[in-house]
Amino acid sequence: MKLTLKMPKRLNRSWAVDILLFLLLGGIAFFMALPLVFTISNAFKPIDEIFVFPPKLLVRNPTFKNFTDLVNIFSDSWVPFSRYVFNTFFIAIVGTVGHVIIASAAAYPLAKIKFPGRNILFNMVVMSLMFTAYVTQVPNYMTISWLHLINTYWAIILPSFGMTLGLYLMKQFMEQVPDSLLEAAKIDGASEYRIFWQIVMPIVKPAWLTLVIFSLQNLWTNGSVTSHKYIYSEQLKTVDYVFGQIASGGLVRTGPVSAVTLLMMAVPITVFIVTQSNIIQTMSTSGLKE
Amino acid sequence: MKTNSAFQGKFGRLGSDVKKHKHAYMLIAPYFLIFLTFTVFPVLMSVCLSFTSYNMLEPPKWVGWQNFARLFVQDDIFLIALKNTLLFALITGPISYMACFLFAWLINELRPKLRAVLTLILYAPSISGNTYLIWQTLFASDSYGYANSFLIKWGMILEPIQWLQDPRFVLAILILVQLWLSLGTSFLAFIAGLQNVDRTLYEAGAIDGVRNRWQELWFITLPAMRPQLLFGAVIQITLAFSVAEISIYMIGFPSVDYAAHTIVTHLVDYGSIRFEMGYASAIATVLFTIMFVTNLLTRKLLGKVGE
Repeated sequence: MKLTLKMPKRLNRSWAVDILLFLLLGGIAFFMALPLVFTISNAFKPIDEIFVFPPKLLVRNPTFKNFTDLVNIFSDSWVPFSRYVFNTFFIAIVGTVGHVIIASAAAYPLAKIKFPGRNILFNMVVMSLMFTAYVTQVPNYMTISWLHLINTYWAIILPSFGMTLGLYLMKQFMEQVPDSLLEAAKIDGASEYRIFWQIVMPIVKPAWLTLVIFSLQNLWTNGSVTSHKYIYSEQLKTVDYVFGQIASGGLVRTGPVSAVTLLMMAVPITVFIVTQSNIIQTMSTSGLKE
Repeated sequence: MKTNSAFQGKFGRLGSDVKKHKHAYMLIAPYFLIFLTFTVFPVLMSVCLSFTSYNMLEPPKWVGWQNFARLFVQDDIFLIALKNTLLFALITGPISYMACFLFAWLINELRPKLRAVLTLILYAPSISGNTYLIWQTLFASDSYGYANSFLIKWGMILEPIQWLQDPRFVLAILILVQLWLSLGTSFLAFIAGLQNVDRTLYEAGAIDGVRNRWQELWFITLPAMRPQLLFGAVIQITLAFSVAEISIYMIGFPSVDYAAHTIVTHLVDYGSIRFEMGYASAIATVLFTIMFVTNLLTRKLLGKVGE
């Protein structure tokens, strides 16, 4: 991480408190990690180990059987598994790309151009950070049905273009771009569109990488919550939804369920590992000003 | 007329201002079109619908305050949901908020590699999607559930406890799982905020008589992070009041004796099962009001940090 500075010598550190605090941190980290370790370990447990009594935390004879069973379950269903995977990726990718472009385009004028109405618009965005999607769920269903989007991918993708957190972070980050740079470009005859696309966007790369992560996570993990509300055709459902179906299948399928849980969890975590430093950088340099 | 021409002048200036910035409007148009359609308009509509009776088949009928009266006077289950939600938010909100800060603060002093690993471990639950279902295995009702089997093994209990069906436990389990999930966006914002505090402030503080790390925290670190603290508060408050999904998937819907019923599950009940849209909108409006007031109060409270 680039932002790490050498810590200056700090005052009055009591060793006892330090040790106590870090024991606490260690304990909590262990508690947080425990279910994740379970998930990983369970996915590789053969069936007799899953039901061993008393249960063991770690796997002793790791096997890939759960994953192959999973494949078998899906080969029986009339919609091929690849279709669910395609749906999930399609929604996640189109939703993310659209959100990043649309939110960045809106963030640039809000941060850098003093046009009439910008304060009102931005205040509305800040306000809307304060309530959950559940509050608007009833009218949203009606709106989506009026727009004839029920039972299409767009019922999930279109609203995700308007996520508020993304615009908020983007605007805060773009405010750091020096005005002189933009003025120089204007004198050289660049249009606002060109300035946005060719000057501002490359500078704020960490910010939109962060947006990519948040949007992907949101679509990947919350896709199922919205998808079962708006999407009825089996061919259009996402992996999450199918996973829920397997999970409710009961004990017999415990093995494959743990395999799916691991797969679902692996994607957002991997993406986060790859982009961690960018996310932290965005959040610190954007300053999250009022 | 003088005022009229002044008004016209102002209006004319606004007109030319708008014209001059037409590129700005072009750039924001797609986002705000979607934002207005899927966020602002639904909120306004929800408030309007809360004064009507509407089943999506017949046109809405105006009923005034009747929905709200029914909510608070007749609907016993709503009162249970309200009590659960407030209890839940009162516990998880402050704890998760402070946990986010405490861990960010402790992690901040570690070496970068270790810090990255710990950040990942603490942040992972909140992004890994359906992994909270693993808690179902942990708290399964038979003796194969991890919690039960460990308690039996150690001789604490003789027969398995029905963790997820017993009204005495469900809310506590829900709180535990929510705390596990809650180190999310605000946690990252705090880590970032801590890295951004100007180091020279600490030296200046030492000269000005800051004597220990607690004073340093209160007089220097916290005030410097006020924007992040506010941002985190907004996110944590929203999270704490909108618990539904983990309740529905883990405890079931409806939960035994409505022990894990929250305002949002009540909303789901009336909105997507009974199709009483007017009533559901009234529930949403109450939730919205509670969140808004809590946010204002928190904002006031955070203004006092470092004084």
